[in-house]
Amino acid sequence: MDYFYTLILETYKILFLLLPLLTAVAMIVWLDRRVWAFVQKRKGPNVVGPFGLFQSLADALKYIFKEIIIPASSNKIVFILAPITTMTLALISWAVIPFSEDFVLANINVGILYLFAISSLGVYGIIMGGWASNSKYPFLGAIRSAAQMVSYEVSIGVIIINVLLCVGSLNLTDIVLAQDKVWFVIPLFPMFVIFFISALAETNRPPFDLPEAEAELVAGYQTEYSGMMYAMFWLGEYANILLMCAMGSILFLGGWLSPINIYPFDLVPPALWFIIKILFLFILFALVKAIVPRYRYDQLMKLGWKIFLPFSLIWVVLTAGFLLYFDLLPKV
Amino acid sequence: MIAHAFFFYFFSFIAVVSAIMVTVSKNTVHSVFFLILDFISISSLFIMIGAEFLGMIMLIVYVGAVAVLFLFVVMMLNVAKQKNTWFKSSTNSAHIPIGLLVSIIIFFEVIIVIGGWKYKPELSNKIVVSDITNTHSIGNVLYTDYIHLFQLSGMVLLVAMIGAIVLTFRKREGIRRQSYFKQLSRERNDGVSLVNVKSHQGVKIDD
Repeated sequence: MDYFYTLILETYKILFLLLPLLTAVAMIVWLDRRVWAFVQKRKGPNVVGPFGLFQSLADALKYIFKEIIIPASSNKIVFILAPITTMTLALISWAVIPFSEDFVLANINVGILYLFAISSLGVYGIIMGGWASNSKYPFLGAIRSAAQMVSYEVSIGVIIINVLLCVGSLNLTDIVLAQDKVWFVIPLFPMFVIFFISALAETNRPPFDLPEAEAELVAGYQTEYSGMMYAMFWLGEYANILLMCAMGSILFLGGWLSPINIYPFDLVPPALWFIIKILFLFILFALVKAIVPRYRYDQLMKLGWKIFLPFSLIWVVLTAGFLLYFDLLPKV
Repeated sequence: MIAHAFFFYFFSFIAVVSAIMVTVSKNTVHSVFFLILDFISISSLFIMIGAEFLGMIMLIVYVGAVAVLFLFVVMMLNVAKQKNTWFKSSTNSAHIPIGLLVSIIIFFEVIIVIGGWKYKPELSNKIVVSDITNTHSIGNVLYTDYIHLFQLSGMVLLVAMIGAIVLTFRKREGIRRQSYFKQLSRERNDGVSLVNVKSHQGVKIDD
């Protein structure tokens, strides 16, 4: 009986996290398009609802009622599994994100490794989609995307090592609490910049959106998808972007901690600070989309392997040496 | 406790079934997908016995990196067709005795490991210790007692990587490479010059 009670409580908690998350994803798509339009001096979606707020809702309705077309020569099971995989992986990683000190679904010891593992699994949705479509452009797009995500994961891993050296724990709550005195964005600023750019590449955002470069590959791995299955890819992608923003704010911007711990600022609930930081990073993502032209593929690979990886490795050595010399290494 | 047993059998059932499916399934890409499923369920088993660090590393290394490369190779080389022809022809079955040999060796190795465990139960009790997380305890032995073996295995991997690069590297002639520094350090004078063109005489461009 006790067991069932726990089960129901956990399900309630999961729903309490997932429903706002999905709503947030829909809103974030609207925000993305508005920021994009604002930079380019257009109006953006402003027709459906006040300020066009319900645009994503209208889009979702459209996707639900569109026919799902499964190509005759495709591998049907894998074809259907691919968007489900993307969506699931994008949602389960939110289980470990701490919104405040006591508001976290699963406070596990290896939280950051869990996040890293799940984001490295994200490649599969794309490869499966591209391969199962059994068509040229999706396959090329999938291969590009997989190579890109694998390459940039390496530098994200090394950046995480930098932060972990300063924290001494893999737990996300510990990582945030270690930034009590100073956020890691200040001592590790170059790493923050590299993390931001790698996160852009990891989520296939412009200027690294080569997998879906419409001039070359139609829509990349999504070409053959339609209706709700396309929408699931799309939702998964934006949930991943939000996750990357959350990861950035946990690793570098002090998670739920308020910037200055004095009277008017500590009234704000911690979860709200966290959301504000995520939104700040997301608006940066959207601005980058609006102002930077797309990279060429060899430039992308060169940036990942020949510039980011050596630089972040050197920074690991520097951080470790600094911490060791000044005896600042975290005690176990 | 019932829930624990239930999840253990759930994951191990998936692990065994997908391991069988890896060898049985006709399509090689499906084989790789089942291999991935196998890795994931085994890492769940690792997490269930409390070795969360090993489970996560398993996910990151095997599923996130190794299996992606497998998938690449299988998709690019189109091994799917080859495999089917292998199994249809009865003449080309040299791989069956080798497979049998390997599996017998693995079987005896597993028996030796389990036998040692049963024979000296204090060995297994020694592993479960204290309140520090298993990430810390692995780090404590890996970087102190076993540092030479650890570095050595790293060197082996490095040699393998360099070997792969040497084998596949070929210098291609006649490729114009982009150099950012050259591009950015180009001045106006390097590319453009103003010339007074006399009428009916023109200019020589190639100088």
